Amino acid sequence: MKPKPQKSGAARRQFIFDSAKMVCGVGMLGLGLGLYAKQAKALPALALRPPGALPEEDFLGACIRCGMCVRDCPYNILELAKPEAPVATGTPFFTARHLPCEMCEDIPCIKACPTGALDHRLTDINKAKMGVAVLIDHETCLNFLGLRCDVCYRVCPVIDQAITLDMLPNTRTGRHAMFLPTVHSEHCTGCGKCEKSCVLEEAAIRILPPKLAKGELGKHYRVGWDEKAKAGHSLIDESKMMDLPDRLPEGAVLPGHYDPGSGHTATARGLPGSEAGAIPSHPPGLGGKP
Amino acid sequence: MSAAKNKRIGAEAVAEKGWWLAHQWLILRRIAQFSILALFLAGPWFGQWIVKGNLAYSYTLGFLPLTDPYVALQSMATGHLPETLGLVGMLIVLAFYFLVGGRVYCSWVCPLNIVTDAAGWLRERLGIKGGAQLGRNTRYWILGMTLVGSAVTGVVLWELINPVSMLHRGLIFGMGAAWTVVLAVFLFDLFVMSRGWCGRLCPVGAFYSLLGRWSPLRVSAPARAACNDCMDCFEVCPEPQVIRPALKGEGKGIGPVILAPNCTNCGRCIDVCSKGVFAFGTRFNNPA
Repeated sequence: MKPKPQKSGAARRQFIFDSAKMVCGVGMLGLGLGLYAKQAKALPALALRPPGALPEEDFLGACIRCGMCVRDCPYNILELAKPEAPVATGTPFFTARHLPCEMCEDIPCIKACPTGALDHRLTDINKAKMGVAVLIDHETCLNFLGLRCDVCYRVCPVIDQAITLDMLPNTRTGRHAMFLPTVHSEHCTGCGKCEKSCVLEEAAIRILPPKLAKGELGKHYRVGWDEKAKAGHSLIDESKMMDLPDRLPEGAVLPGHYDPGSGHTATARGLPGSEAGAIPSHPPGLGGKP
Repeated sequence: MSAAKNKRIGAEAVAEKGWWLAHQWLILRRIAQFSILALFLAGPWFGQWIVKGNLAYSYTLGFLPLTDPYVALQSMATGHLPETLGLVGMLIVLAFYFLVGGRVYCSWVCPLNIVTDAAGWLRERLGIKGGAQLGRNTRYWILGMTLVGSAVTGVVLWELINPVSMLHRGLIFGMGAAWTVVLAVFLFDLFVMSRGWCGRLCPVGAFYSLLGRWSPLRVSAPARAACNDCMDCFEVCPEPQVIRPALKGEGKGIGPVILAPNCTNCGRCIDVCSKGVFAFGTRFNNPA
């Protein structure tokens, strides 16, 4: 079966060399593309995916860049990334500061997606997680400056759940309150209305990817008061609780302190019988009454 | 430098058959390409939403889904399965090109074909010869690489740089810098490599050629005995290697049908042949 061993040998060599050439050349191209793909996975923090989008690493494998979500968005907030954009070419995104998600109840963008890159199992827009709002700058936020701007709180579609105003004493003036916008991530959909409407030149509240915005407790952590609420009672026998002696200056009394040893609560300062003076309104260095 | 050497491709055909018959398939093809583009553009430009989406996936008149099977295949290689409409659209497209010839996509639908045809035409008019050469099977290696690469990276890999979808998406959703990629392909075909993109590199075409491997609709050379060796068909054909077996295979017992999967069924050979050698036919009517 070897009529021309010489020629077939040369042909085989040629075939191997040709194949090697192809493998090397195309391999180089593949390597370049692979590295580019790695870059493409780094979605800029302020580019938000439509509601229901799979996690970025799955999204780039599922999205076929057809733009159906862009077309079916009634508010035209979505765009497909152009090649020069820092988002993977052709994939849909929106920028909250420019145009936030209007949170349609029927979520037409998800319905339009032919691949499930936008997960069709998301049917309640309030459960969307496009990101998490973070009041990122406490130095410029008007409410932190003691004003009543409240705009982010007012525009929030999940008002009083996703953003609440938490009242604290204004220690600068000593006589006013500060109403601090506080995001509760379990209710925040990341729609971006707050970022869009922040009145500052640069928004003090921004939507960030949950991965950037959120800390995470150790898996073994148990928060005592939650466990207590779950059990319906304290998890320890409080009568057997030991209290080590408090190291206080001789004769000093800690107001409101329960001493299990004596079974008494110390009288608050400033009240008759208290040796110490009135409670200072501020810890030292945190400002006082002007 | 004889006069015959400088003659325009298809000049004889124009003289013999008239301008229309020497250009009819070209004109029909351009009408098809621009009509498909117009259907996609009617929405964003004039608010007439006949077709939504782009060539990767489109939804026509609220009932016809069409999915690019090559893009879907890359997506599936990453381990993700499309939704029902995406899968149905893929089956429709697969069935269509299986019947009419896979690379009909290239010559009758693909918007980049207009660009590379323009580059090929200009290259011929300017008499640019030579340049780099790559094997015509390079595209199959790239095709394989994009599928393996999609599986490895978890990204629909070729869509990161695919000039075909960049151009089409750019026209419909906003061009941005995509024109630079299109220009690069044009200049590449014009100066670097004759028929370089569509004929050697593009994995989209490679995929569709495999899809149309057994398509019934084929170009045939039933009147090959009349061939006068003017070479116009070879000159005009974007994949000239597909013609020879059918045109010159009579003595070797090869039938007149062009069976090579890389024939794009563009019909330019039918146009430029002054002897009427070629015609559309089926692969089954292939007497040796």
